[in-house]
Amino acid sequence: MASVSRRLFMTGAALCSLLFSHAYAAETVKIGLVLPMTGPFASTGRQVEAGVKAYMALNGDTVAGKKVEVVLRDDAGTADQTRRIAQELVVKDGASMLMGFGLTPLALSVAPVLAQAKVPAIITSATTSIITQKSDYFVRTSMAGPQSAVPVATWAAKNGLKRVVTLVSDYGPGIDIEKGFTDQFKKDGGEILEAVRVPLQNPDFAPFLQRVRDTKPDAVFVFVPSGVGSIFMKQFVERGLRDAGIKLIATGDVTDDDLLNGMGDAALGVITGHFYSANHDSAENKAFVAEVRKANNNMRPNFMSVGGYDAMALAYAALKKTNGDTDGTKLVEAMKGMAWTSPRGPITIDAKTRDIVQDIYMREVKKVDGELYNVEFATFPKVRDPNTP
Amino acid sequence: MSPLPRQALASAFLRRKARWKPLEYGFWILALGAAFALPSQQLLLSEIAILALFAMSLDLIVGYAGILSLGHAAFFGVGAYAAGLLSLHLTAEPLTGLILSGAIAGLLGLATSYLVLRGSDLTKLMTTFGVSMLISEAANQAAWLTGGADGLSGILIDPIAGLFEFDLFGQTGYLYCLTVLFAALVIARRIVHAPFGLSLKAIKRNSRRAAMLGISPNRRIVVIYTLSAVYAGFAGALLTQTTSFVSPDVLAFHRSADVLLVLVLGGVGYLYGGVIGAVIFTVLRAWLSVVTPQYWMFWIGLVLVALVLVGRDRINPARLTAWVRTKTGRAAPSAAPLAKEEA
Repeated sequence: MASVSRRLFMTGAALCSLLFSHAYAAETVKIGLVLPMTGPFASTGRQVEAGVKAYMALNGDTVAGKKVEVVLRDDAGTADQTRRIAQELVVKDGASMLMGFGLTPLALSVAPVLAQAKVPAIITSATTSIITQKSDYFVRTSMAGPQSAVPVATWAAKNGLKRVVTLVSDYGPGIDIEKGFTDQFKKDGGEILEAVRVPLQNPDFAPFLQRVRDTKPDAVFVFVPSGVGSIFMKQFVERGLRDAGIKLIATGDVTDDDLLNGMGDAALGVITGHFYSANHDSAENKAFVAEVRKANNNMRPNFMSVGGYDAMALAYAALKKTNGDTDGTKLVEAMKGMAWTSPRGPITIDAKTRDIVQDIYMREVKKVDGELYNVEFATFPKVRDPNTP
Repeated sequence: MSPLPRQALASAFLRRKARWKPLEYGFWILALGAAFALPSQQLLLSEIAILALFAMSLDLIVGYAGILSLGHAAFFGVGAYAAGLLSLHLTAEPLTGLILSGAIAGLLGLATSYLVLRGSDLTKLMTTFGVSMLISEAANQAAWLTGGADGLSGILIDPIAGLFEFDLFGQTGYLYCLTVLFAALVIARRIVHAPFGLSLKAIKRNSRRAAMLGISPNRRIVVIYTLSAVYAGFAGALLTQTTSFVSPDVLAFHRSADVLLVLVLGGVGYLYGGVIGAVIFTVLRAWLSVVTPQYWMFWIGLVLVALVLVGRDRINPARLTAWVRTKTGRAAPSAAPLAKEEA
């Protein structure tokens, strides 16, 4: 009985997929793009989508003789939605690749789908170290764990900032970054006076900043998710930390390109380490920034956007390498070890961990042509995720 | 006046109310048929079944005991986490996991039910809300147990009864959820159509008068609140088992709000309200979010406002049949009093 109904069901499914996809199944490669387009993380979704579209605008929509079609779906930042949508994209829409995933739990929720369906998923935003270990089909083009924090520690220790307080948002990536920074900073002879963790939701930094001020450090190292940075910056100045001579060093999330201009002069002089600045000086980046600005009402691309752009670049390159073969396992194999020049600079997908290896830049917030930018002044080449050997 | 005819009258009334209606048969046949007729929609159907069970559990306390809750996700979330942890540490057998998760959520319901015995509606609303916030933050902080903000992953669920494996199409998952929903409904139906259910309705109308009639409100509220928590725990466990993942948003406030919305949409106090609401809400959301990924929330808001303005009674089948019957000129002996009673 069970086997009969099962067979019936499979026939039905096959029939349906035939009916709906027959006409252009041979020529089209579908890529499912799952992003938070609504809710508190909507800005992430908007930026990644802009990056994906920019790549297609600049490089056309055909690769290896196949037409690439991106199917955008909103998961509102809710993990069970992400999981259902991912599964539907694979089963119903016949997506041969998945892309997106704004937050760590959203990415982790699709791991079982990938294992069953054997479809690669390119992560454009989520950064926690563990993600790529949870499925052999995860490949990442955003950032791996505390990649951006470790060079900041080295830089700070070299530049006379010996006594530092860390302040991070209390969730997976924040704790990753706190550990990455602290380990490196201690190795370089620095001293951590205090490690402050602030709640992720409804952040009011005032009481924490007061504590930081009272310990009188040389600098405070900060990680808060993109979007919260502007509130932090405002309170940092209001609480008189800058006047007290405390330097602000951070990961690039705090001075997110998307929001930097709105922070005003309070942000001037902040030192951050990150993998992308819209001000990066290269032909690839100029074309990328111009395209995103043109297509999105003059919006400045940020590091999320470049994650989406590179995810598409990787998808195209993998399809080219497999000659248009959409077998998931072959695509992942093709992605391993891939190296190219992105708008952010040279990047590589590590063949073993499927994670990104990239240059991290030290930047200072400066005024360029009347706008605030993260201006790069030093490069740490080929930084790997310090959490994975 | 002998007590006998009155008693007979009462039990006849209860029996009449408890009888299965043709519409109900139709609904379940459709639901079962969907498993085979819509092979590409199984995941959405599972989601509907889970939300329906969750909304039904809320209906038990809102519609029957008159306790408004803004924190029902607490039980849903506890059930979800319990199912996840059980499968990671104890057994991956789904039925055992389901029952134990329901029991754990039920224990929490029993413990917190004493908090909703006192106070006005507003107090109860705030109490339930507070409890769910407490549990949500506890789950976020206890990262060693719950995985914190990253959620629980690596959950593997065995085939049901060792026979039916959870497939990628989600058919097994849907049939599993549907079976649990059906079983839960049958039990809930028996309970609310028993004298116990009637006494709950009496408490809802006027608990003081009910007490004077010899109905003890507190004990009954504790029982129904616990049962409702068990059902919510089942729903949460089903979500974990069909998605093999638990994220902290199972406890989020929006889940409590959504389920209340679903229930209001479908109608309160007749068990199927949650089911109908779940169908409308989920289908609407899935459809709109595909058509317009950026702006679907605007449209869903608009549709909800329109539905409320039009009057949700229009989608209540009992009244719809009553309305159709009066229009077609046929008298509706059973439906008319029903409609009056629910007004």
